Amino acid sequence: MKVLVAVKRVIDYNVKVRVKPDNTGVDLANVKMAMNPFCEIAVEEAVRLKEKGVASEIVVVSIGPKASQEQIRTALALGADRGIHVETDEEVQSLEAAKLLKAVVEKEEPKLVILGKQSIDSDNNQTGQMLAALTGMGQGTFASEVVVEGDKVNVTREVDGGLMTVALNLPAVVTTDLRLNEPRYASLPNIMKAKKKPLDNMSPADLGVDIAPRLSTLKVEAPASRQAGVKVADVAELVDKLKNEAKVI
Amino acid sequence: MSILVIAEHDNSSLKQATLNVVAAAKAIGGDIDVLVAGENCGAVAEAAAKAEGVNKVLVADNAAYGHFLGENLGELVAEVGKGYSHILAAAGTVGKDFMPRVAALLDVAQVSDIMRVESEDTFVRPIYAGNAIATVKSSDSIKVVTVRPTAFDPVAGEGGSAAVEQLDVVKDAGLSQFVNEELAKSDRPDLASAGIVVSGGRGMQNGDNFKMLEQVADLMGAAVGASRAAVDAGFVPNDMQVGQTGKIVAPQLYIAVGISGAIQHLAGMSDSKVIVAINKDEEAPIFQVADYGLVADLFEAVPQLEEELKKVM
Repeated sequence: MKVLVAVKRVIDYNVKVRVKPDNTGVDLANVKMAMNPFCEIAVEEAVRLKEKGVASEIVVVSIGPKASQEQIRTALALGADRGIHVETDEEVQSLEAAKLLKAVVEKEEPKLVILGKQSIDSDNNQTGQMLAALTGMGQGTFASEVVVEGDKVNVTREVDGGLMTVALNLPAVVTTDLRLNEPRYASLPNIMKAKKKPLDNMSPADLGVDIAPRLSTLKVEAPASRQAGVKVADVAELVDKLKNEAKVI
Repeated sequence: MSILVIAEHDNSSLKQATLNVVAAAKAIGGDIDVLVAGENCGAVAEAAAKAEGVNKVLVADNAAYGHFLGENLGELVAEVGKGYSHILAAAGTVGKDFMPRVAALLDVAQVSDIMRVESEDTFVRPIYAGNAIATVKSSDSIKVVTVRPTAFDPVAGEGGSAAVEQLDVVKDAGLSQFVNEELAKSDRPDLASAGIVVSGGRGMQNGDNFKMLEQVADLMGAAVGASRAAVDAGFVPNDMQVGQTGKIVAPQLYIAVGISGAIQHLAGMSDSKVIVAINKDEEAPIFQVADYGLVADLFEAVPQLEEELKKVM
């Protein structure tokens, strides 16, 4: 079966985020960018499904500026077979991303679509669910285990009280949580091979999708910072302060 | 304006998060209706009817909603919610699952995890793991919003007397089935709404050592949490994770034991009123946000803490 994986180019997980002085956003100039960590887990899961003989082809799609091709090439080096780049320099919000992905799903007809549960820039946690709704598919969100059995996929989900398993009819959408797998690193030979794998380029207009945003960001500020407090010498002093100074116990 | 709040519950009791979301709805202003969707959830509807500021409680009681499957809830809430100006739900794993489906079915954007209401169409929310705070304005006719419960003081759960109305809308999308669940059973308070939280990190070394924290927690009536490192290492289950992608907590007192304080962890607890850090590494970033820091070996400090607490509690 064919698996479609969506990946997003975001600020690298390890980079210290700084708000721009004019409060229009976060400073991304000369900042290291990388594949969203949850998307790495999505790619890894697809590759493992292929290694198990469940997936026959992995198509990776990314929406974003020209440089997003780097993240598509990374996914190809990790084991995806071909890439689709929906190229735009405009901001693409979750609903519009879901509409673009829906158009790709209609072209590619995958049996399973795997996405990260959220991107670490906008922290929205929306696109996978929106794609599932728009395409009339079931969804296994926040997945910690994915098992394909016949025409169904069983997804174990990380929920507030613990774990919950659902069975979804295929085709279906899965969004990844942290403990689904541990992504591998790409080997140098595979990075070289990935350069020769096919990568299609298209625009939102080619897919017939209007990506005008519905939400406007009025300002972006740094969070109120917490002041470091005092160091206490021992446990007795700590308990005394909690009881008599902070009055929280 | 008319606001539909989707109740969070477990079919038998209303979760406190619902009262926090009603508070967010009050901040927007307008009539507030609460939708209780579940199976055999009459007691939940009665509880919701007593909440302060609720105009009407709508009940969709059907097996299709018993396990809160996002496909079915999404269709139901989109159908019931299309007559409202706002649809609000708590940003827990249930709300995060079905609300984007509602937004997509209504062809509107969703505003996730709001911390503050600026006006009927403008909301404040964290981005970049809380390293930046964005003020966003929605141009859609229906605002679909998930709410960070800890950011809003709950309305009173008693005193109201809203009318309860049964809906006979059954939406079974037929796309998914519930198979099973493994829910943690605990007599301790719910992590997300507990007044005191004691959390352990990688420094705990193994799951057995969390018993030390549980003993301290039980003395104070506290919940027990964990850092991602402790969950990833398999010490404790995922539902205990506090952080950007786990639970967001804001208790009166947060005690971080053997937690270094990665930015993703701080994103989940830095709104706590008082933060205590116990860590043997005095350079650990957790000390930069702690009101009281104790540089000590946790295996000595935690048993001492238990003894000291026994004297004063």
